[in-house]
Amino acid sequence: MKKPADSDQQPMSLKEIGEQGGEPGEVWELRLYVAGQTPRSVAAFANLKKICEEHLPGRYNIEVVDLIKHPQLAAGDQILAIPTLVRKLPQPLRKIVGDLRDTERALVGLQLRPASPEK
Amino acid sequence: MQLNRKKKTSQETTPVTRKLPKAPTGIQGLDEITGGGFPAGRPTLICGSAGAGKTLLSMEFLVRGAIQYNEPGVFMAFEETAAELTQNVRSLGFDLDELVKEKKLAIDYVRIERSEIDETGDYDLEGLFIRLGAAIDGTGAKRVVLDTIENLFAGLQNQGILRAELRRLFRWLKDRGVSAVITAERGEGALTRHGLEEYVSDCVILLDHRITDQVSTRRLRIVKYRGTAHGTNEYPFLIDEDGFSVLPVTSLGLQHQVSEERISSGIPRLDTMLGGKGFYRGSTVLISGTAGTGKTSLSAHFVDAACRRGERCLYFSFEESPGQIVRNMRSIGLDLGQWIKKDLLRFHSTRATFYGLEMHLAIIHKIVQEFQPRVVVIDPVGSLIQAGNRRDAHIMLIRLIDFLKQKGITAFLTNLTGGGEAIEKTDVEISSIVDSWLFVRDIELGGERNRALYVLKSRGMAHSNQLREFLLTERGIDLLDVYVGPEGVLTGSSRLSQEARENAEAMARKQEAERRDRERRRKREALETRIAALRKEFQTEEEDADSLGAEEVLRERVISHTREVLARSRQADKEPNKTDSNGSKNRNKRQHEKASRQ
Repeated sequence: MKKPADSDQQPMSLKEIGEQGGEPGEVWELRLYVAGQTPRSVAAFANLKKICEEHLPGRYNIEVVDLIKHPQLAAGDQILAIPTLVRKLPQPLRKIVGDLRDTERALVGLQLRPASPEK
Repeated sequence: MQLNRKKKTSQETTPVTRKLPKAPTGIQGLDEITGGGFPAGRPTLICGSAGAGKTLLSMEFLVRGAIQYNEPGVFMAFEETAAELTQNVRSLGFDLDELVKEKKLAIDYVRIERSEIDETGDYDLEGLFIRLGAAIDGTGAKRVVLDTIENLFAGLQNQGILRAELRRLFRWLKDRGVSAVITAERGEGALTRHGLEEYVSDCVILLDHRITDQVSTRRLRIVKYRGTAHGTNEYPFLIDEDGFSVLPVTSLGLQHQVSEERISSGIPRLDTMLGGKGFYRGSTVLISGTAGTGKTSLSAHFVDAACRRGERCLYFSFEESPGQIVRNMRSIGLDLGQWIKKDLLRFHSTRATFYGLEMHLAIIHKIVQEFQPRVVVIDPVGSLIQAGNRRDAHIMLIRLIDFLKQKGITAFLTNLTGGGEAIEKTDVEISSIVDSWLFVRDIELGGERNRALYVLKSRGMAHSNQLREFLLTERGIDLLDVYVGPEGVLTGSSRLSQEARENAEAMARKQEAERRDRERRRKREALETRIAALRKEFQTEEEDADSLGAEEVLRERVISHTREVLARSRQADKEPNKTDSNGSKNRNKRQHEKASRQ
């Protein structure tokens, strides 16, 4: 299990991401649940950001929730697996567990791309 | 050689028994068969098919832990929401809201919706760990239930990750030192559908809900319990308004205390037949008989006598409703209703076919434990066969009798003997384990049926060997002597006619004696009359003789007077004057004397 090397060097804050996507219209509310700064959560965040930048430039908010700091928040979105990405908006609610390494499947999960028939 | 010796010494030095710490469940019977409860600080797996009672057992483990043993708990529900759970167990008397408010219990509902979840890449179940950890820390929990963690298999696709994470979870639970209960669905040919038993290896309990002949029985078995000698049998269990109860039925022995006390059967004449004092307390009494011979009436008398002594009685009736028994017994002058009102008598009426045998046994156990009676009536035991097969019924009754004996409860069993069967035999072959066996039978004679009772056996007392006629009257049961005639015993009308015959004979004898007496009296009277007559005759004769004597004197006097007169007339002189006055005086005196003698 190899982690992407570049992810370590990106000290990205939530605010920054939020400020980048400020376009009117459909704004995507995304919440990423992690448990501490594990390589997997860092990778997940990097993968997520890459997808958003590509497909939703300026139309997304990412909130990162660290369950180690706020364990009580886990029950609200029924979080079991870490990392979990929750698409709060647009409706309906979607959940994608895993480090989002498989971009194709992540896109399908986020409904940014219809599920291909052969898959 | 040397190795052997070394081994031996090392064996001697190691402590033989080190008791595994236990987390008591507080569930009646379960702690007994597990030797004190589930293993403390280790996970226990409870498996069973749907509706077997897994959730309830695990919830009761938590609730009792929180209430009775001051061990708070966490219930992680994968199937039902907290509200549903609260509602479901409220019927068992558990108030989860209250416990949650007191921070003795935390309920976390985990919902996994596969349709909402997609998986891309690696993940772990740290979220679950964090939630569980937070709940444990929040309540200071010592007990954790995961019900049913297998639902994760339905919600998540990556089995490899899941299995690794479950292994880690159980390890983690052990490290936290909580006594965990994990429930799992029963699988085909395996204990659990997803093989959870390979992760939880300390204690595995299997719940079973079996339907045989449309009758369901719940059973519990300890499949495995590391470090503990446990009962390996299947134990019946009950789920009712008080929750779970398991019956450690086979652990009973023959070590019960015996009592010298004797208690009345409620029928004085029957007590006389039983060595004059009645049954032994704590003994088992069986009443056999064909249909309609008064078995229930005999039981009712026994119950009535016990209630009169102020003892509690429990009446299990498998054929009649309490109201019917009370009404019917009123017709023989027994008011059982008064004892029900005073809560000395309790009825429990169910159809034998309503439950399985084990269930019946479980219910009887439970009610006996609750009510603590001195007398238990089971009317009739034979009908329990309908709830199972003959062998099962036999085993169950032995267990029941052992249980009642151990508690010093006098058991009164009735058994219906079928027409075609050997009469001195019970359907369930318990005749050898009962202490007293009364037999009520029909005697058909002279175109009618009558009842007769005898004591077939009664251990430890000199009992009567006589057959007694058994009458149900408005004032209760009457036992009468039977007449033994040339055709056998005489009962009912035959007895009555025999009595009438004897009465007539006696009457005749009496009349004869009276007649003789009268005759004798008459004879005496006649004789006495004759004696009186004779005496009278004699008297008359005597009187006659007297009067004759007087006449003679008078005649002499007259003659002498005449002579004097003659003499005077012949020679007058002074002297005869004197004699004349003297003579008349004398005569007067004599006459007077005679009158007084008469």
